[in-house]
Amino acid sequence: MYPLRTMKTVTYRLVTIVAERSVRDRLLTSIHQLGATGHTLYDVKGEGTRHAGFSREAASVKIEVVVSPEVAEKVVDHVAEKYFAHHSVIVYVQDVEVVRGSKYGPHNEEA
Amino acid sequence: MADVLLASLLSPVVLAFVLGAVAVAVRSDLEIPEPLYQALSIYLLLAIGLKGGSALSVTPLADVAWPVLGTLGLGILTPIIAYNVLRRLGKMDRTNAAALAAHYGSVSAVTFIAAQTVVALAGYPPEGFLPALVAVLEVPAIIVGLLIAYSRGERAGSWQEAMKEVVTGKSIVLLIGGMAMGWIAGKDGMAPVEPFFIHGFQGALTLFLLDMGMTAARRLRDLKAVGVFLVAFGILMPIVHGALGVWVGLATGLSVGGAAVLGAMVSSASYIAAPAAIRVGLPEANPAYYLTASLGITFPFNLTLGIPLYLAIAQWLGG
Repeated sequence: MYPLRTMKTVTYRLVTIVAERSVRDRLLTSIHQLGATGHTLYDVKGEGTRHAGFSREAASVKIEVVVSPEVAEKVVDHVAEKYFAHHSVIVYVQDVEVVRGSKYGPHNEEA
Repeated sequence: MADVLLASLLSPVVLAFVLGAVAVAVRSDLEIPEPLYQALSIYLLLAIGLKGGSALSVTPLADVAWPVLGTLGLGILTPIIAYNVLRRLGKMDRTNAAALAAHYGSVSAVTFIAAQTVVALAGYPPEGFLPALVAVLEVPAIIVGLLIAYSRGERAGSWQEAMKEVVTGKSIVLLIGGMAMGWIAGKDGMAPVEPFFIHGFQGALTLFLLDMGMTAARRLRDLKAVGVFLVAFGILMPIVHGALGVWVGLATGLSVGGAAVLGAMVSSASYIAAPAAIRVGLPEANPAYYLTASLGITFPFNLTLGIPLYLAIAQWLGG
């Protein structure tokens, strides 16, 4: 067993964006420019109020990033400002306890 | 024409499309997995590129030059016609009219493939280099559509991103790349890959059409939202563009079969390249309009009635 109790965990934010496929590359570029050090990408299916899931060419993606609260706020603001008006996109944020906190960029609480 | 129509309607390709639509109608659990759909579309686009390229390698430049120029002209003219029809007759707003114009000026590769098959079956084998015309017809209309929209006010999308999508999109890369491969390899060089890319082609097309039937039938759910005008537009605009395409084809020296296929290409509405570029460049435009019109109305119309009609027009004008 991995001695998890003895490992120091740090609280970061998990930002999840589910969006239509057409914005995938632009989103990933922006997220990294805003300070994310990595991401996880899934191809997903679904339907929402905009019915984007009806067309194959408008399939959806889900992007997860673990970032500091400051970066999380920037990412959420960016998505809201650029994409909420005309695109199928949802975004939500959760707190996560991560191991090896330094992987995810600077974190104020760590100092 | 009745014989051609019947032969076309009863071909496995059209029947597979019908089966796909029936599967959606009866809520079957049939589903073409996304990776298979992607693989089939890559296969079909690369295969027509390869075939076109190897045909191009044995065609004198003079035979190709006029049809290419004619097609380029059509690619610029047809979105302008479509835009004006939508604005003046349909009273549609600028953004959605420009988006639809880009789709109806651009080309559907599957309509092209189906037309080639039907026309050849009817005894009018088209020229082998026609895939080159598909590549020529695909891009200009999307640029014209975006230009119309961007020249008339601020846009939420990105012009640069949309241009990148148009020029580096998978259909253009596979078509032009496939043609370059076929041209460099030549007729003899193509021999080793023929069993896969030529002999397997109609089978792969049948599977692809099964998926298209399902996608088209799903789009019909949005039919109420698009309205009567757009349904009429989705049938009548292709007939006008198709007749224009046949006429230009014959005038630039194509055979009756070649002109009929060019007519089908010009009449068709894009549903891969144009939606991808328009979604990036004109996100304000409602996809329900352009996807439902091009996939739910124009594609099924062309597949069943349109192609035999363009062949009849070509026979009448060129016979």
